[in-house]
Amino acid sequence: MPNAPQLPALLTSAMRLLPTKPLELALSRLMISTAQRHPDLFDRLGPHAERTIAIAPTDVPVVFLLRPSRDAPGVDVRPDGPMPACDAMITGPVFALVDLAEGRLDGDALFFSRDIRIEGDVEAVLALRNALDGEGLDLVAEVMAPLGALAGGPERAGRRCIELLRTVIQATAPREAAR
Amino acid sequence: MMGKTIELVCPAGTPAALRVAVDAGADAVYCGFRDETNARNFPGLNFSRDELREAIGYAHGRGCKVLVAINTFPRAGSVGIWRAAVDDAVRSAADALILCDVGLLDYAATRHPETRLHLSVQAAAATPEAIRFYTEAFGVKRVVLPRVLTVAEIAGINSAIDCETEVFVFGGLCVMAEGRCSLSSYATGKSPNMNGVCSPPSHVTYHEEGEELVPRLGGFTINRIPRAEPAAYPTLCKGRFATAKCSGYIFEEPASLNAGALLPGLAKAGVTALKIEGRQRGRAYISAVVKAFRQALDAMAEGRSVDLDRLLALAEGQTSTQGAYAKTWR
Repeated sequence: MPNAPQLPALLTSAMRLLPTKPLELALSRLMISTAQRHPDLFDRLGPHAERTIAIAPTDVPVVFLLRPSRDAPGVDVRPDGPMPACDAMITGPVFALVDLAEGRLDGDALFFSRDIRIEGDVEAVLALRNALDGEGLDLVAEVMAPLGALAGGPERAGRRCIELLRTVIQATAPREAAR
Repeated sequence: MMGKTIELVCPAGTPAALRVAVDAGADAVYCGFRDETNARNFPGLNFSRDELREAIGYAHGRGCKVLVAINTFPRAGSVGIWRAAVDDAVRSAADALILCDVGLLDYAATRHPETRLHLSVQAAAATPEAIRFYTEAFGVKRVVLPRVLTVAEIAGINSAIDCETEVFVFGGLCVMAEGRCSLSSYATGKSPNMNGVCSPPSHVTYHEEGEELVPRLGGFTINRIPRAEPAAYPTLCKGRFATAKCSGYIFEEPASLNAGALLPGLAKAGVTALKIEGRQRGRAYISAVVKAFRQALDAMAEGRSVDLDRLLALAEGQTSTQGAYAKTWR
């Protein structure tokens, strides 16, 4: 049964006050630099690189529309709501989705436990999942990569913050089943 | 203390997964090319020729073997890509090829007589007579036994043949005889035997209908899973159907094989290698399962046992079974 921790509802509500445009610009830049650093991702994605896949965290009030296109990669950030126009959608708690992208959790196991849901083009979702797992992405390292040699300190700080947040959420957050 | 060391054979769908399996204690890793020559031909998975060469270098540098699965049946008129896969795997210094088709076995045995051949589970060789045919005709050194035998039956086979046997101990479970199941073909036109895919994802859809998850395969509704139940792979053999006589999982409930408790019995039955299923699974699965079975085999060598129930969260339907080893199936 669903067991992945969710962000506290209060935090989710507070995030509704934040503007989405800066996040969209930052994520699009991250996507472009990741694509440049990991060209093998596109070999694994094949034709599915041209699909638009919605990533819909259940505990974050936005939907990320991912276009892992080789020529024009990008991310649109939309307010949550009805399923946006896309080829496929993956839904689940944000930390479960991040852990899945980084290969810390197994996608099939998350699907079996009903922590994540899939709708639309299943082939494109599997291609993305397998390509990411095969690439072994480290999202913090990707965010810090543009800093080059200066990335060490901020990267360590970023990891500590995320681990702290993860620990707090693991200890305090309700599981989906309990909601 | 057990006298003989059993080999742990682990899956890898990507080079990253192969490195994880090697580092977690695999004695051998099996993998396949990124095409229909192997029975896990899913999008985003498998190895290019360059990736295979590099991966074999990584494994060999750490004392681990790499077995290349070319375990689908060539299409008439298109045997070229299967033969090229054999040639390229040999050229990449693979430690063995896992084959099922008699024509391809003959090609490999004739063209590459120095290459070690294993018989895939897809060949469904379940009797001493069938196994002897493959060993005598093609020099097959190891047979992966179908998941339809009890431990006692495996012991009987081992006493009647003179080649190695490998058996599945964990992972997704076909309830049909592999290599002979056409259920997926009926619904989608594609099968693991010819195309390397059972329930190809291109033919699968999921819909949330009220409180139920509804998987469809080739347009056919194959289950309605209430919110409180774990989900399963979208295969017909694990589908839930209503018939004139009964309703429910008429073939088999969704479950993964876990033969962890049977390791001493399998060792006593003369098995050479234990196989973990799951080339389609992520690195997290590979790491957890390989480490757990490495630990279990090391403990068994010291006369101890290890509880492998902790792997339940990774199992299909979050349920495990000893499958045909215990013959409790309908």
